[in-house]
Amino acid sequence: MKKSLSKLMLAMAIAAPTAGLTSAANAVEIEYWQYFFAGRVEAMDQLIAKFEEANPDITVKQTTFPYAQYQAKVAAAVPAGQGPDVVQLYYGWLRDYMQAGLLAPLPTDTFDPATIDAEFFPMVQAMKVDGAYYGLPTAVRTMAMFYNKTLFSEAGLDPENPPKTYEEVATAANAIAKRDAGGNLLVAGITATPVSQDAHWWREVLMRQFGGQAYSDDYRTVTYNTPEGLAALRAYTSLFMEDKATDYGFMDESQASFVAGKAGILMDGSFRIGAVSGVEGLDWGVAPLPTHNGIESNYSSYWLNGITSQTSGEELEASVKFLEFITSDEAMQLWLDVVGELPARPSVALTEANRNDPVYGPFIAGLESAHATDFVNEVAQRQIWLDMIDMINVGGVSVEDAIAEAAATEQATIDEYYAK
Amino acid sequence: MKRFYDRLTFQQKKAYWAWLFLAVPVAFFCFVRFYPTLNAMVISFTDWNLLSPMKFVGFENYQKMLTDKVFWKVFGNTFLYLIIGLPVTLLLSFAVAYYLDQIRFMHGFIRGLYFIPYLTTAVAMAWVWRWGYQPVPIGILNQILTDFGLPQQPFLRAPSQALASVLAPAIWAGLGFQVIIFLAGLRGIPDTYYEAARIDGVGKWATLWEITLPLLRPTILFLVVLTSISLLRIFDQVYNMTVGGQGGPLNSTRPLVLNIYNSAFRDFDMGYATAQTMVLFIVLLVITMVQLRLMRAK
Repeated sequence: MKKSLSKLMLAMAIAAPTAGLTSAANAVEIEYWQYFFAGRVEAMDQLIAKFEEANPDITVKQTTFPYAQYQAKVAAAVPAGQGPDVVQLYYGWLRDYMQAGLLAPLPTDTFDPATIDAEFFPMVQAMKVDGAYYGLPTAVRTMAMFYNKTLFSEAGLDPENPPKTYEEVATAANAIAKRDAGGNLLVAGITATPVSQDAHWWREVLMRQFGGQAYSDDYRTVTYNTPEGLAALRAYTSLFMEDKATDYGFMDESQASFVAGKAGILMDGSFRIGAVSGVEGLDWGVAPLPTHNGIESNYSSYWLNGITSQTSGEELEASVKFLEFITSDEAMQLWLDVVGELPARPSVALTEANRNDPVYGPFIAGLESAHATDFVNEVAQRQIWLDMIDMINVGGVSVEDAIAEAAATEQATIDEYYAK
Repeated sequence: MKRFYDRLTFQQKKAYWAWLFLAVPVAFFCFVRFYPTLNAMVISFTDWNLLSPMKFVGFENYQKMLTDKVFWKVFGNTFLYLIIGLPVTLLLSFAVAYYLDQIRFMHGFIRGLYFIPYLTTAVAMAWVWRWGYQPVPIGILNQILTDFGLPQQPFLRAPSQALASVLAPAIWAGLGFQVIIFLAGLRGIPDTYYEAARIDGVGKWATLWEITLPLLRPTILFLVVLTSISLLRIFDQVYNMTVGGQGGPLNSTRPLVLNIYNSAFRDFDMGYATAQTMVLFIVLLVITMVQLRLMRAK
């Protein structure tokens, strides 16, 4: 007994390291970074499992960080050569990373620029510099209107026939809003809070619908301090400054009041689908963003996957394969099903099934009129918008003065960026 | 080596061992404290976004500060936190400690109650207060106001009230610590002084002014310096109680530390961030020196 046991152990002692050696000889591990968002991590886990099954010699390690720290972590790690091989970056950050030489151009034999031009939605062409792509998205996001069917019915509105124009939205919102005898808001007709997509809705949608444009075509000049811009801003602020449709900042975050069933209408991105559909007892629907003056518009944004310039040799080969996989048709459909973000290729996005989907349909329809704002500093530029609304809401500043100040501040921010 | 050691006198050996043991903290401070501080000073003269190589720009970052409206606003805010926070904190904590010192019934329990907020995570606490400040029907503070027939207050939503609203939980959380220190200070005053005062028939107020407070001077000095530094570095409460952690509305609650954080990790302007850090460093240094000098004067 004792002898056989020692024999067994000896056998194991010999076998174990050799087993390790044989697999280590041709196994490559690459690291993938993204920020933490439950649906995205889940989708990526599924994609990695599929990828590893097809490529048994490659393992992919996924690392995530809280959204608030993600940008700083990436910015600190990548230049130090400590970062991932494949990294997910917000489209607005790409310029800084390319300028610093931290991203490798995608090899043109695998990622032929002409093919990508033809097969992806045109907004990704911003990622092409000097004839090569520096990153590709799995998914893109657009906005649509979420609405609460129960609150619509209670207000005597038809829950199956949501408002289609800005005026109809404002009317519906005023009908839905409920206040107690003291004037305290109990149910908001429409959401309007600092934590929302409202800035995007105003910049790329309302601005255009009221006949203006928030920025020049190259996004280097602020052009919203105009009569059209004023009208578009009033369309937003009047919802809480003049009408009683909502109170600005109600329940802190727009999605919070909607998810709690305390708001009738929410303008939000496709990434919100997961959170909203997970709520029991919430009877909700999605409709396209309202039009105005017959103009349709939408805002889109995306996260792209790039390969860092520190990656070389076997890791580079594996990373290219992985990037090819996560931007494939199959990955895009999976990402849509799990996360709710829209495929970046029309061939996947615009299928009959996806177009007619009651939830994704309105978002996919929005892709065709979507604009991706070219930010120099998304967070700083959003803060300028938030300050503008605060000036009007609690600062006692007129709409005219607020928009003029915001335009001047934002122009200075943009100028400072390009001066460097 | 051994020879060298043997030849040392007893005094030299003592010094040798003292320095040997001191070498550890000295090395630690050099690498962990002084090196980053000096490095920050160097970065403050550069233009650096973490990604691209550093570019030397001389005093540009300091010049930018002079004309930056937001910088001066947050500079003022930082002092408002100090000017409002320091006296309120010290008065409250002294009052609590003074009376708590005189009771025996449930003394430990009440002291524990005051100390609990100090143990609570600032983040969790800030969020609870944030919700408490909401309008009716969510916020409990406005609920209480309306129950008494008083008008609702915007609290965090009004530029005029936001700073005080953010400061309140910071003071409340620090109170427990200050009460404990004051209590220790009060216990440290020998009873003989009070007995002598009683025999001489000195009144309560005179005892407080002539005996208690002068003898508490070291305790007060300690708390003034510590509280000032913590108020000048207020961050957690502002970051968690304002929208997006931006110190709004309209920068009315943003302290210098949060502005530094924004410059560094929102705008990735490391040069400007470290330049502001240098200013904060000098301000803290000057204030601490002045306080030490004033309190030591008599």
